[in-house]
Amino acid sequence: MSLILDLATWSAIGAGCVFILVGTLGLLRLPDVFSRLHGAGMTDTLGAGLLVAGMLMQTTDWLVAAKLVLILVFLAFTSPMTSHALARAALHAGLQPWTRDKP
Amino acid sequence: MFAAAAFALLVAMGMALVRALMGPTVYDRILAVNAFGTKTLLMIAVVGYLTERPEFLDIALVYALINFIGTVAVTKFVRFRSLGHPVGDAPEGEI
Amino acid sequence: MGRTVSLAVVMALLWLALSGHFEPWLLGLGVASAVLVAWIARRLEAVDHEGHPLHLAPRGLGYWPWLAAEIVKANVDVARTILSSPASVDPAVFRVKAGQKDELGLVIHANSITLTPGTVTMDVEPDGWLTVHALTPATRAGVESGEMDRRVSRFVGEA
Repeated sequence: MSLILDLATWSAIGAGCVFILVGTLGLLRLPDVFSRLHGAGMTDTLGAGLLVAGMLMQTTDWLVAAKLVLILVFLAFTSPMTSHALARAALHAGLQPWTRDKP
Repeated sequence: MFAAAAFALLVAMGMALVRALMGPTVYDRILAVNAFGTKTLLMIAVVGYLTERPEFLDIALVYALINFIGTVAVTKFVRFRSLGHPVGDAPEGEI
Repeated sequence: MGRTVSLAVVMALLWLALSGHFEPWLLGLGVASAVLVAWIARRLEAVDHEGHPLHLAPRGLGYWPWLAAEIVKANVDVARTILSSPASVDPAVFRVKAGQKDELGLVIHANSITLTPGTVTMDVEPDGWLTVHALTPATRAGVESGEMDRRVSRFVGEA
């Protein structure tokens, strides 16, 4: 039983790390600030979610589990708000989104 | 396995720092610092598990809130050069 | 009044989950602080259908799992786009009309679009037009298909 739990934890944390690294790679590779928002969004959603899921599986105390879930809930509310605030501020500051036909 | 997660987070934090230093616009830098903060909060939680001290999760929770408020405040300041009353003809609360 | 009471109960439960103390004296202090904050929020007129949308909770149980599944799918999509050659990145900015009349529904719709990687809401107009930035043509088609619009409308009870 504990072996299965450990395997599940390993795969969740490993997949979470992969998503975090790929999202940050997007932060470096994508062409402009609007498309980089998508890369940062990956870290906030599935990367954090899988890492927290992995930690949840190693927890027996319900208070610790509640705090872990609360971290996810906070991230789910705050991440789109910061993305939207940044995109809106950049758009109203006059930044032109990069597109393929108009680089 | 938490050590591996901590290492991956450290690498990702370094990559976010590179973007924060490269720019090119100020919004890129704000975005990179926000992503850096998200990774820091995950790092705090992971270190809490590494050292078997679940109290670290409280710090991670507070860090999540500070990261959000800080990013929005810096965005608003960069956009309007003011955190208080709206400047010009921009309506209050606009970002 | 019912909303204020439910806000106080929710905040007392949050206090309990964050503190983990069960001594009568500390429990009393926690309940007192929850009631005080609920009273202040009521005086600020922040406890309405937007500030404490408890009526959405039952239907949310149908919406949030669907949103979580969409987020997982979009994450895999964006990861593939980032890892493949730069030629597959083809961002576009477009406008869609959201069907929600209420501001709460609009905010939920815009936040759901932003929360799924691959699409970011850049601007929301009060009459329901959303300006959306999409990373690839596939994510753009996902927003323009209007499925999220229908589900949010059902979620906030406008469909």
